[in-house]
Amino acid sequence: MPSDVTVFEFHGGIHPEQNKTQSLQLPLGNPKLPDELVLPLGQHIGQMSRPLVKVGDRVLKGQTIAINNGFLSSFLHAPTSGRISAIEERAIAHPSGLSDLCIIIEPDNKETWCELRPMPLWQESTKTDVLTYLAEMGIVGMGGAGFPTQVKLQGAQKNDLDYLIINAAECEPYITADDMLIREKTSHLVQGIQILQFLVEANNVIIGIEDNKEKAIELLQNELRVRQLDKQIKIAVVPTKYPSGGEKQLIQLLTDREVPSGKHPIDIGIICQNVGTCSAIYDAVVLGQPLISRITTLTGAALEHPQNVEVLLGTPIEHLLNYAGCDHSQLQRLIMGGPMMGFTLENQQAPIIKTTNCILAGSAKELPQPEPEQACIRCGMCEQACPASLLPQQLLWFTKSQEFEKAEHYNLFDCIECGACSYVCPSSIPLVQYYRHGKSAIREARDATIKSDHAKLRFEARKARQEAEAAEKEAKRLARKKPAPKADKAKVDAPTNDVTTAKADNANKAEKPANNEASKKLKIDLAIAKAKMKKLEKALTAAQEETRTEEINQLQTEVNEQKNTIQQLEDELTKVAPPAKVTKVANPNEAGVKQLKIDAAIAKASVKKLEKAIKKAEDINAPELETLKSQLTPAILRANELEKSLASAQEAAAKSSDSTATQAEELSEQAKADTKKLKIDIAIANAAIKKAKKNIDAMKAEGQDDAAIDASGLPQKLAEHEANITGLQQKLTDLTATDSKTEKPSAEVNPLADKIKKQKIAVALAKAQISKLTKRMEKEPEKAAEIQLEIEAKQAAQTTAETELAQLLNTQEKN
Amino acid sequence: MALLRITSPHTQRAGRKTSWVMLMVIAATIPGLVVQTALFGWGTLINILIAVAAALVSEAIILKMRQRSIGFFLKDYSAVLTAVLLGLALPPSVPWWLTVTAVSFAIIFAKQVYGGLGNNPFNPAMVGYAIVLVSFPVPMTQWLGSADVVATQDTLSFVHSIAAIFSSAPVIDGYTMATPLDAFKHKEGLMSSEAFASVEALSSGNLSSWFYVNMAYLAGGLALLYFRIITWHTPVALLGALAVMASLFYMIDASNAATPYFHLTTGAAMFGAFFIATDPVSSCTSNKGKLFYGCGIGVLIFIIRTWGGYPDAVAFAVLLMNFAAPFIDYYSQPRAYGHKKAKKGLKIGDSQ
Repeated sequence: MPSDVTVFEFHGGIHPEQNKTQSLQLPLGNPKLPDELVLPLGQHIGQMSRPLVKVGDRVLKGQTIAINNGFLSSFLHAPTSGRISAIEERAIAHPSGLSDLCIIIEPDNKETWCELRPMPLWQESTKTDVLTYLAEMGIVGMGGAGFPTQVKLQGAQKNDLDYLIINAAECEPYITADDMLIREKTSHLVQGIQILQFLVEANNVIIGIEDNKEKAIELLQNELRVRQLDKQIKIAVVPTKYPSGGEKQLIQLLTDREVPSGKHPIDIGIICQNVGTCSAIYDAVVLGQPLISRITTLTGAALEHPQNVEVLLGTPIEHLLNYAGCDHSQLQRLIMGGPMMGFTLENQQAPIIKTTNCILAGSAKELPQPEPEQACIRCGMCEQACPASLLPQQLLWFTKSQEFEKAEHYNLFDCIECGACSYVCPSSIPLVQYYRHGKSAIREARDATIKSDHAKLRFEARKARQEAEAAEKEAKRLARKKPAPKADKAKVDAPTNDVTTAKADNANKAEKPANNEASKKLKIDLAIAKAKMKKLEKALTAAQEETRTEEINQLQTEVNEQKNTIQQLEDELTKVAPPAKVTKVANPNEAGVKQLKIDAAIAKASVKKLEKAIKKAEDINAPELETLKSQLTPAILRANELEKSLASAQEAAAKSSDSTATQAEELSEQAKADTKKLKIDIAIANAAIKKAKKNIDAMKAEGQDDAAIDASGLPQKLAEHEANITGLQQKLTDLTATDSKTEKPSAEVNPLADKIKKQKIAVALAKAQISKLTKRMEKEPEKAAEIQLEIEAKQAAQTTAETELAQLLNTQEKN
Repeated sequence: MALLRITSPHTQRAGRKTSWVMLMVIAATIPGLVVQTALFGWGTLINILIAVAAALVSEAIILKMRQRSIGFFLKDYSAVLTAVLLGLALPPSVPWWLTVTAVSFAIIFAKQVYGGLGNNPFNPAMVGYAIVLVSFPVPMTQWLGSADVVATQDTLSFVHSIAAIFSSAPVIDGYTMATPLDAFKHKEGLMSSEAFASVEALSSGNLSSWFYVNMAYLAGGLALLYFRIITWHTPVALLGALAVMASLFYMIDASNAATPYFHLTTGAAMFGAFFIATDPVSSCTSNKGKLFYGCGIGVLIFIIRTWGGYPDAVAFAVLLMNFAAPFIDYYSQPRAYGHKKAKKGLKIGDSQ
């Protein structure tokens, strides 16, 4: 058979009996409606869908009955019109044999369609619209995994795609569903591929098909020729060899590229889609029909009329077995999927789902029970058959002896579980089963380590929290001890000062501290939760970009949980916050004092903590010693200043509560407080400058060039701080001057000082910007002209700022 | 009827079971057996019969002691194969107890003590062979000659063979003939060309007998390759290394060294390459590993033949490389799909 494309090879592979002719004798069948349709909510990879209907609802054919739950999920539609008779746990088609939540529809046999809204002008729509539409139509990968198609295609939006590969290889024995689909729906398939190509814009589109499907190949070639697409869409006829239909193997066959271990085809610019998916995309986009039916092969020696059927999703398998004339006395093994990778079903009530490509009803003669396992003689037949180039005999050795680390080293996780090794093993060893066991044991161990790591983190965090709480308590105790009489006095004096305040105070006395504490804690929690949320969202987008299925799921749930937590916290906060505000308004002085007390205590605690840390660091000569030390001075400063301001604030509070105090006194107190505050500000600014200088030095020491330092914005900050300090010092001198001149309102001076400060900042900023621009100019000579213009503008700004500054200073001197 | 619940895959290649593999290897030795019997008399055949009986008995006894199913394990024919290989390797006239010693040692100590089939680190047949070679060097180096070269102009008759084997009646010198390798080893001061001209065992008649034997084993080996029971890697590497070594030393010193042709067509070269070194259990795993393994055996064969104490060297060379096989395995993992390069070593982190 001629192939338009060079076909490469993959390692290993086997040639099992094809057994494909049995199911191709009869045309595509259309079984009657069953008595009920069972639609599991989880037919795809990802989160289960959320039901939109209630028991008793009447639904129309094609009506959405469940919607996606998060990003990696899918929609579900009613395959026929009828009544929802139940939403309950039913046996589903899953290797575990467990039940799961299903929507049960009792058909009314009228097959009344809901209103269809196709998208005939898809070529003029945006890709996002079409992708969203595909999601709403419930399209998932129909080759086996059931990965939501729009998620897979979204990956293609971000990457430049080399190949769009349409998987029509269908290498599993017995299965002919794709073969039949190509024969029956050739034009739908090709148009589906066109829609896909519109969405992903790949450089090459190749249909990979095994050479045992001659009729399908011919029909496809004709269709492409008629539509004049044979230049855009190539057909690659690959030799019949299992597992050529495996995604990785087909990619290797058609492109000679390998998907790196642990990555996805999209990472090397390739996307694979099954033919079933293509045709479903056509049905959805052009006809407006959601995914409610599929072609499934019914085959096996226990069936009298093996054939392919177009079957509604949710049809119980038993219904199909009866349709195909199943001899239940012959039926020994019921397999969903093919004989190489399918899984056995025990319950014939399990329904057909979106990924069911075959029901194999095997007799005992056809699929005999495996022979007893013999010793591995390391004959190496498995190795020659392995499409992943692994050493199955070594992997067996390691998994059997529970040496999982070695098994991992021998690439156990690159095993695709195709079963080729088990198939050829002369000793009848169920190799794949050993590997599955090994993989799950390793995964379990990994989960356990992650859990224990979390537990450790939690424990450490708890310890730290307890220590901090103890320190805070201690600080509070100390704070209460010293200024207790004064505070009491203030409280006693309060009623004479302002009756309403006192009332409010009394009313809130009990709640106030608790509220303050609670709201503070809530705020912190909220901030943490929000930070976590951001992190999770970031991880989720990353996972989505790389289409890591399992992670996406996990992250999606976590994000949802986090959202809930944040919502809860916000609710609680709004509950707590209002009274706290009332208190503040009611008695600002007292609240301020308290706030200061707490701050002072915390500052002290942090000084202590820092000292401790420094001691520890000194003991082990840790590299962070320098940073710790540099943190210590500002911390001590802050603590001292806070204490000072606390004392003054207490005084002020005491005084302000005194009704006989004169305004002048108050003012002078105010001035004093201002002075102090200014001093504190200066100290802080000084510390900031020191820090910035240190950082710059450190960066220089690390050999970073000036440009990088500039980019970090540190010099700019430095300049700002310096300007700030000058401004503050100016203010301070002004203030002390005003103070000594007694209560001459400083209203005139202050704005002037402010202006001066502003101008100084402006000058400094302009300088910093100019130096930055000069550096940039050196770096990007091609933009020199533009930058030069900018620099000139900045220089002009600087000069104006400087002139203004000089004027201002003059005015100030005159004053 | 209750439905089966089995994990995939649900089908298996029909026919090619472990017992089939063993029987195929046994069948592939038939050309060699026929040629050996035709040239050197009935001794080999009788050896094999004795060996098979001894192997089955010792295997059964041990299985019984280990409380394993006797029938199930005897039916894998691995003990029979060991016995056949040993029977072919032993000289045709060795006394019966020597065969029994070799075989029972091979089965009991080289195989079952390690845990039975699949667990033995050494090739059982070669362990048995080495034991009797070291313990009873005289009968082990006495080989019979083919009819056209020996003094009696006839091979030992069936009755005489039975007598020699069971009553240890000494074989008349007229029937014996040193193997070419033995003769070449003990050519003393003679130049190679002189030795080939004058020494009887190195006469063209004796050499051609051994040539036929080796060609018969080559034919059997090719059959194994055809049925994909073995891969080409080990035999090609082994014979290639042997030929390269022989050529190298022949080029350096043609007067004292034998030709590569001589090395490849005498002794157990082909038998060793296709039937002994390819024992999957004790050899290397990956194709790359098999190349190293085969090369090692080839080189060792040449070294032992040329400078060692024994005329032929397949047994010792194979046993020595059995030692090395696990190590070679660790460093000859194939590059798995999706990996840039092959991993090395035994654990994660060994690859660097």
